[in-house]
Amino acid sequence: MSDDLRDLYQEVILDHGKRPRNFRQIDNASHHAHGHNPLCGDQLVVYLALDEAGVVQDVSFVGKGCAISTASASLMTEILKGKSEAQAKRLFELFHAMCTGEDSPSAEGLEDEMERLEVLSGVREFPSRVKCATLAWHTVTAAMAGQDQISTED
Amino acid sequence: MTVMSQTAPYDVEAVRADFPIFRTDIRGKPLAFLDSGASAQKPQAVLDAMNAVYTSGYANVHRGAYLLSERATAAFEGSREIVRRFINARSVKEIVYTRNATEGINLVATSYGRKFLKQGDAVLISEMEHHANIVPWQLLREQIGIELRIVPIADDGSWRMDEYKKRLDGVKLVALTHTSNVLGTVTPAKEITALAHAAGAKVLLDGSQAVVHRTVDMQDIDCDFYVFTGHKLYGPTGIGVLYGKAELLESMPPYQGGGDMIRIVTFEKSTWADLPHKFEAGTPAIVEAVGLGAAIQYIEGIGIERIAQHETQLLNYATQRLSAVPGLNIQGTAAGKAGVISFTLDSAHPHDISTIVDRAGVAIRAGHHCAQPLMQRLGVPATARASLAMYSTKAEIDRLADALDTVVEMFS
Repeated sequence: MSDDLRDLYQEVILDHGKRPRNFRQIDNASHHAHGHNPLCGDQLVVYLALDEAGVVQDVSFVGKGCAISTASASLMTEILKGKSEAQAKRLFELFHAMCTGEDSPSAEGLEDEMERLEVLSGVREFPSRVKCATLAWHTVTAAMAGQDQISTED
Repeated sequence: MTVMSQTAPYDVEAVRADFPIFRTDIRGKPLAFLDSGASAQKPQAVLDAMNAVYTSGYANVHRGAYLLSERATAAFEGSREIVRRFINARSVKEIVYTRNATEGINLVATSYGRKFLKQGDAVLISEMEHHANIVPWQLLREQIGIELRIVPIADDGSWRMDEYKKRLDGVKLVALTHTSNVLGTVTPAKEITALAHAAGAKVLLDGSQAVVHRTVDMQDIDCDFYVFTGHKLYGPTGIGVLYGKAELLESMPPYQGGGDMIRIVTFEKSTWADLPHKFEAGTPAIVEAVGLGAAIQYIEGIGIERIAQHETQLLNYATQRLSAVPGLNIQGTAAGKAGVISFTLDSAHPHDISTIVDRAGVAIRAGHHCAQPLMQRLGVPATARASLAMYSTKAEIDRLADALDTVVEMFS
């Protein structure tokens, strides 16, 4: 197997892909959004419970997708818990830059989170798979913005 | 260029040698190309024919009274005769060049549909249509209020003649795939057409996946319209064919207006050119049409029936080989299917499959194959698909099967 393939499908990814964390609905969700990638047919719903200050008390997802999109959604839910909306948006920007190899804004204060997300950086070598890694993040951003669905191909 | 004796064994290596792409390595490995259903590779003969027009015979067609334009016109119109013979149409008047099959269907939906269909008339399609044969009818439904009726298919992807017959009443146009791009199912076009005609309906067939795998004869099938694209037939992109019975095409209004499709233009009124030019507004894809003609001649040099036989043998081998991969489910097992194998794995998503086998130098398609309603019918978000062509080999199937074993190992 090639090295970049091993980089993409690291043990952590395979594990989260097979046994996604926070894979459930949140009954009293304050926000939720349906994310759909029509190119792949991948679909997921992200649930959020934000408190009055806009801090993520709980976040979860359900849906169907490839190993990359499922693992990315699973890792995202673990990382976003306890974060503010502003932090969540910064994390998405940082993560997006990491996946595409674009210039990254400063990760100051979020270094640990970015280190955990580093396992997904292998998608950089697979341009057609970046959309898989970012679907959950697009969806959670839409949920925070009050949109109930988002369709994305990037 | 390979021209095969009809008695010698099929020489796939000689065919491959005619396709320069197979000299290109993919990530340091020889290319195993199993995505010809999306678009086929091109033989050198096609490239040479197109190059020859640009280098020694290129000018606009149908207008210049000078040698180059006459040469280009002869090459362009000559390709139309090659197409006519290939599908056994009665006349070159019945061969309209389009950009692709999609444009052919849109032309019929717009020109025939808006003139001859009215509110409440039914158009019949099936569950296994490509989006190209769904969306134009939905647009027509929005415009004039036709009814869109759907024929269900069997679980194994087989055509259901009983379900078709049940829905024919009140149908004015039957628009069906001749071969499913996902399932490989071949629809019984001749019988479908006879039943439609008996019920007073016209028939349009989408033959993009059919003409590449078998002999297709317009006079035998007797359908009213038939569309296919050039790039799946080893020809260039940007050129497709709409076949239509001359009397129908005569009765239809132009699809687009512009140069080349007119006889006389005044500010008060214009009159139309004769068939097929009435439907070919603007400068056509001259060189692409010549390329398509060259592709058909290349196919004829080998023999479409020989190609079909080769693909059937490979399909049987691939079906057997892939069925041995643990947790692999083939979608579409209709009898007499064409060389298209869609599948899913219990352990891995089609996109993961495609990424991993790509790293082994094997190109397959993963996704919904422009057939989202069919994916819903099959209850899967997507499938992986290997599709076969005249240059496909057992070795390529073996490489796919080995790569799939790696996928299963990784994900289970």
